[in-house]
Formats: sequence, structure tokens, C-alpha cells
Amino acid sequence: MSKSKNPIEQVAGNGLLHRRALLGRGIMVAGAMGAGSAGLLTGAAAEPLADAPWSLMPGDVTPPYGRPSSFESKVVRTVDNPKNEPSGSRARTPHHLLRGAITPNGLHFTIMHAGIPDIDPAEHKLLIHGMVKQPLVFDLDSLSRYRMVTRTGFLECGGNSAPLFSNDPIQADVQALHGLASCAQWTGVPLATLLDEAGVDPKAKWIVAEGADAPHLSRSVPLAKVWDDAMVAMYQNGERIQPGQGYPMRLYLPGYEGNMNVKFLRRVQVTDQPGMTFFESKIYSDPLPNGKDTQFYFVQEVKSFISSPSPGVGLKEPGVYEISGIAYSGNGRIDKVMVSADGGKSWGEAALDEPRLPKAFTRFSMAWRWDGGPAVLQSRAWDEGGNSQPSREQFVARRGQTTKPPSVLGFPGHHFNAVTSWGVNAKGEVKHVYA
Amino acid sequence: MSMRKLAIAAGLVLALGAAALAESPRLGKPISPKDFAAWDINILPDGSNLPPGSGKAADGAKVFGEQCALCHGDKGQGGRAARLIGGPPKASLDGGKTIANYWPYATTLFDFIRRAMPFPAPRSLSDDQVYALVAFLLSENKLIGEGEEMNAQTLPKVRMPNRDNFVVQFPDRI
Repeated sequence: MSKSKNPIEQVAGNGLLHRRALLGRGIMVAGAMGAGSAGLLTGAAAEPLADAPWSLMPGDVTPPYGRPSSFESKVVRTVDNPKNEPSGSRARTPHHLLRGAITPNGLHFTIMHAGIPDIDPAEHKLLIHGMVKQPLVFDLDSLSRYRMVTRTGFLECGGNSAPLFSNDPIQADVQALHGLASCAQWTGVPLATLLDEAGVDPKAKWIVAEGADAPHLSRSVPLAKVWDDAMVAMYQNGERIQPGQGYPMRLYLPGYEGNMNVKFLRRVQVTDQPGMTFFESKIYSDPLPNGKDTQFYFVQEVKSFISSPSPGVGLKEPGVYEISGIAYSGNGRIDKVMVSADGGKSWGEAALDEPRLPKAFTRFSMAWRWDGGPAVLQSRAWDEGGNSQPSREQFVARRGQTTKPPSVLGFPGHHFNAVTSWGVNAKGEVKHVYA
Repeated sequence: MSMRKLAIAAGLVLALGAAALAESPRLGKPISPKDFAAWDINILPDGSNLPPGSGKAADGAKVFGEQCALCHGDKGQGGRAARLIGGPPKASLDGGKTIANYWPYATTLFDFIRRAMPFPAPRSLSDDQVYALVAFLLSENKLIGEGEEMNAQTLPKVRMPNRDNFVVQFPDRI
């Protein structure tokens, strides 16, 4: 334990500590607290221990389908259309209340454009037609006999983090700002297998995918993506995908904007041109500062944000904390995450949880000794393709910002992937700031 | 990797590929176009798959009043749902994307209205009603003349002002 007597190396300004501080035993962190410390994180002695009531009687019946503890009732999605008014509805993932890299199915974000359909899986059909030799119809039974593939990957709405397009920082928590992204293990049949069976015309370049919900939501996807890694997903984290995720089957396009991952998938038309559907023509397209407009953005680029500390998840007292967050890239694996506690003046390299999977959430962490003074926390990610997350300033130069703050529920722009900054004040409160 | 290893690896990939194909259960049931006509509703920007039928703005105004005005405003100015008529000359991150200043193809109007509208009862409009609504919206937005008929021949020829203003972000992915 000789190491415990050495102060942990500070790797960047304002108290960021070497990764060793997190990897080692607690005593090492305690040792880092410096001269005069007795080697304990907190000075006060623990209360005497006694049996609690639940230790003195049998507990509840075991339910057929398990649910979280009643004490976790606040760990829920925020829903912005609870009365199911005739418009869209969104449910956001509470990143600040979760750990690890997998989003539980009930907390996975979703956006519905006209409610959730109640689809009878025995009646659901998937049609493949267009520029193919033979149009084919599949159902859930027949698909269950195909070789399935499983991959862990994130899904992110193209409009996630849209409040950060605001010219002034909008005060909201990480759930409101970044909650339209989640990560799950998806299992299904490669769409390429089914297209091969139908026999694709070599002149074809696109598919137009359509859902069985009321809007008959449709999106165009380049055939290149289909041959690469598109999946007809039927399982999410081991169970049938939930109705809010497209039960009984959805298109899963690793790393591509959420809206293209058509839920309730019922039809794939192979074409030589994009459909120029409503969502690709108007919604997931943005005006640029140079007067042009984006089109076919598709990729969710490299991004990260700190989930703890974060607004609403403040610091109680000076001492050592773990800075924890999520990084991901639609272009592949996360290669590196750097963290700053002084608004980007200096950076230290965060520890990355394994496994680091391509196009999936990677949890990063960094030990931080908060001295009780002001701090600005930031994270910045790099992916294996060498792409780096831009600063907000760099991003705004390229993509612009609003001239007045929009609603926190608004979508002024899409594909925001710049650095998020959390300002910590002397009380340990965390606010969204631009730095 | 040596050439020999490369050759072995390539052979393995080929063998696996062929095996995967051969082992596919091939359970897709053939279906003829007439049997999926009810689902075959994609309209492509070149106008392919536009159905027979036609409509003019005057008829569309009536359908709009009955089916659309409640959410989109009696003059299409927007309300609970998006503005469909008029608006700023140029969209920005503060908003203002409109049919006239943004949508690249007029065919998208037909495709989207027919598949998704009216909100409480999608697929309830006849093709003539959809053509009439499209004519009404294009005419009110000064993109076609008031008396112009919209049909499978005329609609794809409507030139949308913003068509050439788009920049494909990652052309290598298409």
C-alpha cells in the first residue's frame, strides 16, 4: 500500500486526477486528499448497525415480469405529450440516473409521430418489392427461421441536443438536452439477406422503408448502408422490441439518425432514387449559415457529454468525485475522451469502459478533486476514424445558431454534436453554460 | 498477411458466403403487384407511381376547409400543426421552413398527404382529393397558376424554388 501515500498525479487543471485514481482501491483516492488526511474519504464515524424491518420478515411475492424497486420510481423518461394530443410525442432517457452503457428497454428514448399502434404480430407482414426479381412477403414466423445477428448499438434522434443550437444556454438537465439517444443490444435478420432472396436489380441505389403506423412513416436509405449493416430488428436487449420501439420489427441502421430506423417496418421498396419523403425533405434538413441547406446527413457524428455531475446532479462538499459520461460515434468505436475542469484550458484523458463497441455507447470516467471553487466541466471525444467532437464555437461557425432561445422542446436544428459545458459554482450547483 | 494466408482467408469468406446463401431458408412468399397495390403508395420525385386522377385548387380549397383547417389554420397559416401557406422568404435556425421556400419536390406533397393525412384518419382521402389539395397548396403558395390541374403528368414538372439549394453532407455514403 505504499502507493497510497503518494498523491495521485493531477493530469489537468482544476483538480482532474490521473486515471489510476479510479482504477485503484478507494484508499488510493483517499491518499490523494493530501497532507493531514487520515486516509478516509469522510471524517465522521458511521452509525452503529442494526437489522432493518425488511431483514426481519419475509418479503414480497416474485412477479412474473420484474420491475425496478419502488424507490426508483423517479427513474423514468420525461414525456412531452402525456395526454396523447394529436401531434407527435417524445420520451427522453434519464442519462443522469443511469450507469453503464446499455439503456433499459423501458427507458429507451422514443419519438412517435401519431401514437403507438397496437400491432398483432400474427398479422404483421413485411413486403419487399420494387427493383427486385421477385417481390416477397415475410412474416414474423418466417423471419424467426433465418440466421439472426446481434449487435450492441446506439440510436440517436437526429434532433437530439437541439436545444444547444440556442444562442444562449438553455437551463435544463442532461435528460432534456441529450435524452433522445439510447443504446441497446439489437437482434434480427440482416436486411441484405432478404433483399438477396428477392434479387436486387444491379441498377438499384436506394430503398424506401415504410412503417405500419398511422403516418406510414417512410424514409430513404442508400443501398450501400443496407449491404453494410442494416438489420430487421425483432429483439432489444434479449426481449421482443417494445411497441414504442416498433414492435414487432423495426429497421436498425447502426449509427444513422433515429428517424431512418423505421419502426413497425412493413415495406421496403428498392429504387434507383431517393423517395424525397417528408422527413428527409423538410424535417431532417437544416439551413446553413452560408444560405445552403443540408440534405441526407444520415450519420450521427462523434459526440460525448458528462452525465454526472450535471444539472440537478450537483456536488455536496469539496472532495473527490467521479466525472462520468457517455461517448459514441456513428462512424465507429470511441478512441479517446478528454475531460476538462477549467472550461477547456487543460485536458486529461478519461478512462473508457470496455468493451468499446463500434457505433455504441462507451462510458468514460475521470477522477476529480473538487476544491469547492468554480469549475467548468467538459468532455470531448474522438472516434477510431480520427473524427473529433468539435467545440461549440467550431460547430456554430459551420452550422449556425438561433438568434433567440427556442423552446427546450424545439428542434431548431439537427445533428448537434459539439462539446457540452457544465458550470459548477461554489455551492456545488451545476448549470448549463457556454464556454 | 502473407499471400497464402490471404488466399485462404478469401476462400473461407467465399465458402461462408455461399454456405450462408445456400442455407437461407428462403421463406419469402412471392406476391404479385396487384396484390400489394393497397400498400404501393411511394411517389418518387420523378413522378413514378403517381396514380390516375386529378384535381384543381378550387376543389382543394373545399377539402382543406373540411379536413385540414382545424390544425393547419383556416388560411393555412399554421396552428397546432405546421404552416402550409405563406411564411418568410427564407428559412433559418429560428424556423420558417415552408413548402415554398424549402421543399425540394412537389411530389412529396402528394406522397405525404396521401400516406399520413388527415391526422385522425390517414388514407381516407381519394386520389382526386389529394391532387386537389396539392393543387390548392401549390397555388396558394404561388408555385402554380390558380386554375392549373395537378395530375400524374403535371405534378412532377412543378419546379420548387429551393430544389438546387441542398448540400449532401456525406456524398460518399450514397
